[in-house]
Amino acid sequence: MRFKLLTMFAAALFLSACASNSDNNADGSNDGSSATTGTTDQSSSVSSSSIQGPQPGTLEHLVVNVGDRVFFGYDQSDLQAEGQKTTEALAVWMNSYPAVTLTVEGHADERGTREYNLALGERRANSVRDYLVALGVNPNRVQVVSYGKERPTVLGSTEEAWAQNRRAVFVVN
Amino acid sequence: MLIKATRGLLIAVVGVLGIAVGSFPVQAEINVSITEGFVEPLPIAIADFNGGQPEEQLIGRDISEVISGNLERTGLFKPIDNKAFIQDVRSLSTGVRFGDWRLINAQALVSGKAALLGDGRLQVEFRLFDVYGEVMLEGRKLTAPKTAWRRMSHQISDYIYTELTGEKGYFDTRIVYVSETGPQNRRQRRLAIMDQDGFNHKFLTNGRWDVFTPRFSPTSQEVTYLSFEGNVPKVKLLDIPSGREETLGNFKGMSFAPRFSPDGNSVVMSLADRGNTEIYTMDLRTRKFSRLTNHPAIDTSPSYSPDGSKVVFNSDRGGSQQLYVMDINGGNVKRISFNKGRYATPVWSPRGDLIAFTRLSGRKFYIGVMKPDGSGERMLAEGYHVEGPTWSPNGRVLSYFKQGKSDSRGKVKSKVYTVDLSGYNEREVVTPLDGVDPAWSPLLQ
Repeated sequence: MRFKLLTMFAAALFLSACASNSDNNADGSNDGSSATTGTTDQSSSVSSSSIQGPQPGTLEHLVVNVGDRVFFGYDQSDLQAEGQKTTEALAVWMNSYPAVTLTVEGHADERGTREYNLALGERRANSVRDYLVALGVNPNRVQVVSYGKERPTVLGSTEEAWAQNRRAVFVVN
Repeated sequence: MLIKATRGLLIAVVGVLGIAVGSFPVQAEINVSITEGFVEPLPIAIADFNGGQPEEQLIGRDISEVISGNLERTGLFKPIDNKAFIQDVRSLSTGVRFGDWRLINAQALVSGKAALLGDGRLQVEFRLFDVYGEVMLEGRKLTAPKTAWRRMSHQISDYIYTELTGEKGYFDTRIVYVSETGPQNRRQRRLAIMDQDGFNHKFLTNGRWDVFTPRFSPTSQEVTYLSFEGNVPKVKLLDIPSGREETLGNFKGMSFAPRFSPDGNSVVMSLADRGNTEIYTMDLRTRKFSRLTNHPAIDTSPSYSPDGSKVVFNSDRGGSQQLYVMDINGGNVKRISFNKGRYATPVWSPRGDLIAFTRLSGRKFYIGVMKPDGSGERMLAEGYHVEGPTWSPNGRVLSYFKQGKSDSRGKVKSKVYTVDLSGYNEREVVTPLDGVDPAWSPLLQ
C-alpha cells in the first residue's frame, strides 16, 4: 500500500507540474487498472482518486502516463534525449488507443522575433511528429500548429521560464 | 546629408483640400538637417491662427497646437513659447514685423486664419515666413468639413516640413498596430488604428482572437495581418472602411508574415508545412500563389523593395537567423548581414536606400538600418526587447515597439515608439493601452 500511495502522489505531481518526466514510461498505461485494486481501509481520499483515475485515451490519461510536452534548447528544434523518450512513450500510448488523434503545438520563448518564432515553433512541433511517424504512428493522426512566443506557460523573463516555454505540447483532439 | 531649403518656389497648385494662395520665388536661409547626427532644433514661432468668432478662435488655437506638436516631435524644430511673442498675433494679417521675431530668435514664423463658411465647412489659411530672409516661403488656403480640422493641421504641418527640409512630409498619416492589455498568458490583443500623433484612436477587432503584424496596403484602405482565429494562424485581409475581412489562401497549414507589394496587387507571406517555412507571393486578383524560396531552412519576414524587383527576408540557412536579398523570381539570393548576432524583420525603406531590421545580440535587441548591399550598418534604438520597425512614408522615421521584462505574474509593458534616422530622437507614441507591431500608412489621399 505504501507503494500505491507513492504512485498516486507521483501522478498528482505530474498533473500539477505539467512536466514531462518520461520515467513514467511505456507500460504506464496499465497503471489505472492496477490502481483499482486499492483497499478501502486506507484513507478515503486515496481510494476515491483511484476509482476516478483518468479515462484511458484522454488527455488527462496521457498527462499522467506519458506527459504532455517536450522541451528544446535555445533556437533549437531537435528532440533532446529526454524528449525522445517522451515521444517514444507517446508513440506506444497512441498505438494503444488507435482512435486518438493528436495536435502537437509548437512554442518558443520570448527572446526572439514574432515571425521567426512562429516558424521555429512549427519546426519543433514537426520534430515530434516526424519521430512519431518514424515510430510507426499513422501521419494522419498527428496535426501540428505553432503559436510562436505568444502563449507562454510559465510567466516571467527568466532563464527558467524561457526553458519551460521552449516546448511542444500534445493535445488530444 | 544636409538638406537645404534654398529653392525657388512654387507655382500655385490646387491642393488636396484647397488651393494655394500664392507664393514667391525666394532664396531662404534656413537649413534643416535630417540625418546628420544630433542637430540643434530650429526655433520656430507658430502663432495661434486668428479667427473672428469665438469658435473660430478656438479652432485656430487647436490647429496651431497640432502643428506645433507635429514639428516638435520631429526633433528638428523647437516651437517658441507664445508668451515670448512681441508682435500681437492678431496684427500678423496686416504685416509681419520681422524685427520683433528676430528678437526672440525665431528663424521661421507660421501664421494663419480659421474661418467657418456659411455651408458649415472650415477654411484655413496659413503662411510660413523666413524671419531673417524676410520673405514668405509658403502660403495656402485649405477648405474641408469642420470635422477634418486635424487632418488640415497635419497637411499644413506637411507643407511646412517639406518647405524647410526639402523632404516629403509624413504627418497626414495613420498607424495601425496591435493594442494589448492583461498579463502575458491572458493578453488581449486587438487591431487598432490612430493618427500618427495618437489621436482618433479606434479599435478594429474585438479581441476574441489574437492578432499580430498588421501591414498597410500602399494603395488602398486595406490591412493584411495575422490572426489566430480558430486557433490556426492565418493571414487575413481587412478592408478598414467596411470592416469586411477574409482569409487569404485556402490551404490547411499556417500562413504568417504578410506584406503588400508596392503596387498593392500582391501579398508576400510565409507558409509553413512539415517543419519548413517558405516564402510565397499571392496575387490578390487571381488568388494564385507562387513560391519564391525552396530551402529546408526557415525563410520568413519578407519585404519588397519599393520598385518591386527584389525581396529582403530572414533565413537561418547559414546556421543562424540572417538577412538575405533575392530577386522577385526567387533567384540570385545574397546574404547581406554579417555582424555579430541574429538579424530579423527586415523592411525596405520606401525610398529604397535603406533596410531597417531587428537585431538580437548579447542580451539586447536593437533596431538598426543598413544599405541594401549590407554596408553602412548602424543601430538607432536598443532595449531589453525592441522589435518590428516600420517606415514613415518619407523614409525618414521608424516606428517599432519596446517591451519590458515580465514579472512572475506575467505583468508586462509594451509601447510603440518612433525614432528618426539620426537615432537621437526617440519618442513614445502614446496609446490608450499597451501596443506592439505598429505599421505606418502611406500619406492619406
